Amino acid sequence: MAQNKVAAEAHGHGDGHAGHHIVPMSTYVKVLFALLALTALTVAVARPVSGFDAGIFNTLIAFLIAAVKASLVLGIFMGLKYDKKLNLAIFFTGVFFLLVMLLFCLLDIYTRVHVQSTL
Amino acid sequence: MSATATAHTNDNYLNHEKGLWSWLTTLDHKRIGIMYMITVMLFFFIGGIFAMLLRTELIAPGRTIMGPETYNRIMTYHGTIMVFMVIIPGIPAFLGNFVLPLHIGAKDVAFPKLNLVSWYCLIVGALVAFTSLFYNGVDTGWTFYTPYSIRTQTGVTFMVVGAFIMGFSSILTGLNFIVTVHKLRAPGMTFWRMPLFVWGLYSTAIIQVLATPVLAITLLLIACERLLGVGIFDPTLGGDPVLFEHFFWFYSHPAVYIMILPAMGIISEVITAFSHKTIFGYKAIAFSSIGIAAVSFFVWGHHLFVAGQSEVAGIIFSFITMLVGVPTAIKVFNWTATLYKGSIEFKPPMLFALGFLFLFTIGGVTGIMLATIALDVHLHDTYFVVAHFHYVMVGGTLMAIMAGIYYWFPKIFGRMYSQFWARITFVLIFIGFNVTFFPQFILGAMGMPRRYYDYLPAFTALNRISSIGAYTIGLGFLIALGVILQGIFAGEKAPANPWGAKTLEWTTASPPPHDNFAVEPIVTAGPYEYR
Repeated sequence: MAQNKVAAEAHGHGDGHAGHHIVPMSTYVKVLFALLALTALTVAVARPVSGFDAGIFNTLIAFLIAAVKASLVLGIFMGLKYDKKLNLAIFFTGVFFLLVMLLFCLLDIYTRVHVQSTL
Repeated sequence: MSATATAHTNDNYLNHEKGLWSWLTTLDHKRIGIMYMITVMLFFFIGGIFAMLLRTELIAPGRTIMGPETYNRIMTYHGTIMVFMVIIPGIPAFLGNFVLPLHIGAKDVAFPKLNLVSWYCLIVGALVAFTSLFYNGVDTGWTFYTPYSIRTQTGVTFMVVGAFIMGFSSILTGLNFIVTVHKLRAPGMTFWRMPLFVWGLYSTAIIQVLATPVLAITLLLIACERLLGVGIFDPTLGGDPVLFEHFFWFYSHPAVYIMILPAMGIISEVITAFSHKTIFGYKAIAFSSIGIAAVSFFVWGHHLFVAGQSEVAGIIFSFITMLVGVPTAIKVFNWTATLYKGSIEFKPPMLFALGFLFLFTIGGVTGIMLATIALDVHLHDTYFVVAHFHYVMVGGTLMAIMAGIYYWFPKIFGRMYSQFWARITFVLIFIGFNVTFFPQFILGAMGMPRRYYDYLPAFTALNRISSIGAYTIGLGFLIALGVILQGIFAGEKAPANPWGAKTLEWTTASPPPHDNFAVEPIVTAGPYEYR
C-alpha cells in the first residue's frame, strides 16, 4: 500500500487511491442477504403473485424497495459511502437530471386535455 | 500563456511509428484525432452526396431523378449520417482529441485505451447502421418517430442499434475529457487559465455523459418493441408515441449543444488569435458554456408543441427555451467586443469565424421565433424549421469546424495550406449556404412542408435557387478537400506558431512530438495574454 501511495503521488494522483476503504467480507454478505430479502419482498407484494393490492400505491411500493436495493449496491458494493463526496455529488447530478426528465414527462401526461375524436 | 516547452527534434507523432497497424492500435490522442478526422470526412462526403441528390430531386416539382420512397430513404440517411456520424463526433472527437491535451499541457487523455475504443464504437456502430441498407433501407427520418418506426418494414432495427453503439463512442469520449480536464492539467494550469475551447469541450462532455444514455435506452426500446412486440410507444399496444418524442428529444435537444458548444470554443480561440487581442469577458464566456449545457436539459418540449403535448407543458417549455438566448447572447456580444479595436487579420480561420457569427446569429434568432408557441404552430414542420436548424448546425458547427481545421492545420500536419484557395472555399461555402437556406425561410413561411417529396408549382423558383446554392456549397467543400490534401502533401513547412497565438499548443513543435512537449510546461499566465 505504501509503495502504491508513493507511485501515485509521483504521478500527481495522490489524492484518493491510497486511502481506498476496505469493506469487510461480513458486510458484503449482509448486504447480499438484504438484497435477496428485498427481492423476496418485491415478489411478495406483487399482486399477481400474492394477491396483495395497495391500489395506486402498488407502483410506489415497488419503486421504494428498488430504491433501497439500489442504494445498498451504490453505497456498499460500489463504495460511494466511503468515497469522496464529489463522487456522491456527481451521482446525484445524474439522478437530478433523471428526475427532470420524468417530472416534465409526467407534467405533460397529467395535464393533457383528452378530446373525443369526431372523425 | 507562458510556458517552458519547445521541442527541437524531428521525431513527431506522425513518424514516431510507421504502418497501418500502428495507426489502428495507437493510443496517441493525436493519431486517434486524425483517424476521427478521416472517418468524419468520409461520412461527410457520403452525407453530402445524399444532400445533393435531395436538392436535385427538389429542383423541380414532380419526379426529377427518383421516386418518393427512394427520396424518403435518402433524406433519412442524409440526416442520420450528418447528425450521428459527422456533427456530433466532428469537433469533440476530432479536434477535441487532438487539441485538448495540448491545450492543458498533458501528454495524452486520461484513458488512452478507452479513447481508441471510442473510435471503434463509432466504426462498428456506423457499419451496423449501414447494414440497414441491405434490409430495405430506413425511411423514418433521423428522428425515428413512433409508431411509424415500429411498423415500417424497413431496416430500422439495424439503424437504431447502430446509433446505440455510436452513442457509446460519444459517452466514452465525454467521460475521458471530463477526467482529463480534472486530473491532467499541467502545473499552473488552473481552471481560469484554461483556453475557452477546453471550457466548451468540458461543457459538451457533461451533456454527452448525462444525455446520451437516454437516447441509447430509447432506441433500444424501439428495437425491443419491433422485435418483441412490447407496448411502450405504440398506441395499439397501450403505448404512448408522445412519450417517445419526450425521451428522444431529452437527448436530441442537448445534442444540438453537443454540436454547438465546442464550435463556440473554436470561435473563441480563433477570434482572439486573429484579433491579436485578449478575449473580452473570459469568465462570462466560460460560465455561459456551462449555463447553456445546464439549460439545454430543460427545453426539449419545444419540439412537441404540436405533437399532442399538453398546453401547460408547452407554455413552460416555451418560456424556458427563451432562456437559452441569454448565455448565447453573452457569447456573441463578448466575441463582438473582442473584435473592437483589435488588429484583425482576415486569414481563412478568421473568415470562417466571422461567417459563424453572422450565420449562427440568424440561426439563434429564428430559434427564439420557433420557441414562441403561437408562431411555431404555424411554422412547425415547414421549411422554416429546416432553414433554422441548418443555420445552426451547418452555419454554426460546420463553419466552426472549417475555422478549426484551418486554424490548427499547421499544428496537426506541420504544413501550411494555400491561403488564397482557402479564402475561395469560404466565399463559396458562405454564399452557397445563404443561397441554399435563406429561401427556405421564405418557403417555410409560405407554408411548404418539410420532408415532402413534391411541392406546389408556386414554390418552384425558390426551390431552384436553393438547389443552385447547394451545388455551390458542394463545390466549396470539394475545393476545401483539395486545399487540405495539397497542404498535407505539398504545403510549405509550418513554423511552431504561424499565427502568433498564445495558447499552449503553439509552444511545441509543428507537428507535435509523440509526448506533446519536450519538457512538461509550467503555466504562469492566462491563455490570451495579447494586449
